[in-house]
Amino acid sequence: MSEDTATQDLPAPEKVDRVVIRFAGDSGDGMQLAGNQFTASSALFGNDLATLPNFPAEIRAPAGTLPGVSSFQVHIADWDILTPGDNPDCLIAMNPAALRANLGDVEKGGLVIINSDAFEERNLAKAGYDISPLDDDSLAAYHVMAAPMEDLTKEAVKDTGVKGRLVLRSKNFFALGLVSWMYGRSLEPVAAWLTDKFGAESPVAAANVAALHAGYNFGITTEEFHHRFEIQPAPLPAGEYTNVTGNQALAWGLIVGAQAVKLPLFYGSYPITPASSILEELARHKNFGVRTFQAEDEIAAAGIALGASFAGHLGVTGTSGPGIALKSETISLALMTELPMVIVNVQRAGPSTGMPTKVEQADLLMALFGRHGESPLPVVAAATPSDAFATAIEATRIAVKYMTPVILMSDGYIANSSEPWLLPDVDAIGDLSVPFAMTANNGDGFLPYLRDPETLARPWAVPGTPGLEHRLGGLEKEELTGNVSYDPVNHERMTIVREDKVNRIARDIPDLETHGADGADLLVIGWGSTYGALRAGVNRANGAGLKAAHIHLRHLHPFPANLEDVLRSHELVLVPELNRGQLSKLLRADFLIDAISYPKIQGTPFKANEIETKIHELLRSDR
Amino acid sequence: MTDTARFERADFQTDQEVRWCPGCGDYTILATVQNYLAALGADREKHVFISGIGCSSRFPYYMNTYGMHSIHGRAPAVASGVAAANPDLTVWVVTGDGDALSIGGNHLIHALRRNINIKILMFNNQIYGLTKGQYSPTSEVGKRTKSSPFGSLDYPFNPVSLALGAEATFVARTIDMDRKHSAEIIDAAYRHEGAAFVEIYQNCNVFNDKAFAILTGREEREDNRIYLEHGKPIVFGKNGEHGVVIGPTGARIVDVASVGIDAVQVHDATQAEPEVAFALSRLAHGPSGPTPIGVFRAVVRPSYNRLMQEQLAEAQAQKGPGDLKALLRSGGSWTTN
Repeated sequence: MSEDTATQDLPAPEKVDRVVIRFAGDSGDGMQLAGNQFTASSALFGNDLATLPNFPAEIRAPAGTLPGVSSFQVHIADWDILTPGDNPDCLIAMNPAALRANLGDVEKGGLVIINSDAFEERNLAKAGYDISPLDDDSLAAYHVMAAPMEDLTKEAVKDTGVKGRLVLRSKNFFALGLVSWMYGRSLEPVAAWLTDKFGAESPVAAANVAALHAGYNFGITTEEFHHRFEIQPAPLPAGEYTNVTGNQALAWGLIVGAQAVKLPLFYGSYPITPASSILEELARHKNFGVRTFQAEDEIAAAGIALGASFAGHLGVTGTSGPGIALKSETISLALMTELPMVIVNVQRAGPSTGMPTKVEQADLLMALFGRHGESPLPVVAAATPSDAFATAIEATRIAVKYMTPVILMSDGYIANSSEPWLLPDVDAIGDLSVPFAMTANNGDGFLPYLRDPETLARPWAVPGTPGLEHRLGGLEKEELTGNVSYDPVNHERMTIVREDKVNRIARDIPDLETHGADGADLLVIGWGSTYGALRAGVNRANGAGLKAAHIHLRHLHPFPANLEDVLRSHELVLVPELNRGQLSKLLRADFLIDAISYPKIQGTPFKANEIETKIHELLRSDR
Repeated sequence: MTDTARFERADFQTDQEVRWCPGCGDYTILATVQNYLAALGADREKHVFISGIGCSSRFPYYMNTYGMHSIHGRAPAVASGVAAANPDLTVWVVTGDGDALSIGGNHLIHALRRNINIKILMFNNQIYGLTKGQYSPTSEVGKRTKSSPFGSLDYPFNPVSLALGAEATFVARTIDMDRKHSAEIIDAAYRHEGAAFVEIYQNCNVFNDKAFAILTGREEREDNRIYLEHGKPIVFGKNGEHGVVIGPTGARIVDVASVGIDAVQVHDATQAEPEVAFALSRLAHGPSGPTPIGVFRAVVRPSYNRLMQEQLAEAQAQKGPGDLKALLRSGGSWTTN
């Protein structure tokens, strides 16, 4: 049955401009995979989109339980969207636990598609239901559609050769097929992906394709699924797009950045959620001359990256908060030896092991101050998955130009979410390289701490260069010679010059541009992954007649030169952050302004309506 | 060794005043290394000395080569980065018993198992010197120090056993005072492909004087130094009257006259499996009796850096040089008008 002929007698789909769909199931149910495939077909269709995966830290928490629930939310639209959506319009619940964990988020009147086969006594009990929600009126506020997905999957795959436990593994593709029918997505890209992944002859591919089609066809033949939806392609700026996650974009940014500074990329890392996929992505690209080194621990990973920088590579180490804590002594050494290095912090909810798969922005003050001694260094932050690309290049540029370690902040939300990305012109990035020192700079001698008068960077002479042999180290340096010095005045001078060097970067970064209403009463300022929610919240508030503006900081240290002017030109300054108010503390300390902190610390991103509501609240109470 | 007339020791000295305590064994080792590199005719710019923290770790400041005085325990990590980034360099790690075996123990064993091309000179004085006299991970049980006034409870490491346990491809021991032997061992380490671990017994005359007297004293040394020489029977004593045999329960010392020279173990540092080397390392748990000196193990295994270079070359041969535009499209792309 072809997709076209089968549907000609059915009612036309309802046109909607956006929809938020959440796939939820047990962590072994393949919900991330189903969500990703739905995203890929939507991207190819030309929708704008944003995704939000949400999974437990345990690889497989006990099946059927609430802690084992894994979900993937995707927001698709025919217009430019900024967030993965606040509340799902459609929830796919593969078992009772998935329903219970997610139902509270679903819009009233929203669709709830249920795998009714999983709603049996044992699973209901594990999820804490005394009575099946299918049998009472607890779901009355929703449009519930149930399908016996397991029986139908078994039936669909029976001739494909898969046996035993593998049979039910395909039920996520049944669900995907059904949702693809509901939202007018072609099955072609998914089927092609399956064949590509498992091979054309593979029974697993055949079973998944069969389940996919069975789900789709079940939609066609079952009347309750005849109310369908259509989301047109979004009028995105013309050009070539790809769908990219933050960790992917960050890895690519490092590769491109290393080429722009004409250095081999050397990535030392130790696996840690949610940073590991940067290591995995870079390890695939050795043909770019990328060296990846999976070290014995976080400390070694930083040391190895610093050693590589000493030897003339772009040394990079990536981790999450707990790893940064371990690397801090090495970061201080990089700062003291004034070698370039990029340290990536893909933040997660802490402290300690915290909630490794959940998002938080609580490492900002650690990035700025979490080292012994006076140890200022530049800090930059990515705002969206695709922005991680540009931010990685910026971190690289600063590290090499100013001979300094740079901390690049991302987080678990950016890392795993994806969005369509208008591909940048890599040729336009240009040459950001700084030549190595090759000759003496003081008569016949070499002064490793003779600074560039403009940037205050010291020369970078790499081992192997004849005549420039010198020793670096963690002990305080005498200015110019770099010899060990305990001279009191020298220590103060060197402390100040290291600080001054970093502060001068403010001259070398663009001014902030304010988005939103002219002469806005309220400025919303943020950093990192809150970008979409803040921008959408401000847009909505302005749409409702309020006057709000938004700025988002890429550079957290030093701040852009015009930040103070921007802050002072608004009566109210609101600082929403996924922490207890860290940026707001900095703004208060640096500028003596009455910044209003809006903290959230629940392991989940801000929703646009939370920001919008807050803006309403402040402007209403203010008037 | 080539081009021996090219350099003198002075070419490897810096203008920095050497600041170890007068009489410290570190002076002897510094002189040995400087003389060795001068005799080798080494290119100064191709040698990099990386150290951690401790008395021995001041070493790079005194070597007119490239160098970095890094962080406590982390020298093998920093050195691994240098070596992996540029395989043309000779990367030395200068470390002590506390730096290498206590705070840096993890990096040491992993550098050894990886066989990354770094040459580790571990000065073992069985004490913490820079922090003024606390017991170290090689101090003997019961040692009374400032931090163990009632005697240390810590069972010590045998550094050679540890390195062999980590499957290091080159493991040796020498003594600061024996300059000729030290230079030979350092030369063998230099020529080895991959990680080389050299334990150097080094006297701390301030906090742990005469810890190695049994191996350095004029009267005792010949009866206590068991020189391991590849291809030769392991005998020692003034007249070679003692020997080492390897039996089912390990190595033991015998009178050569009673067992006959044919029963004495002939040293073979190149044996693939480390059992015999390990048995030899167990003859002395610290310098309290006859102690083997020399190369315990020197086997061939490709170095991590070489394998890394090969993997890069292979990736480029298979996939061609990296194409950034293709990279950004590797997940599929679509075009809108």
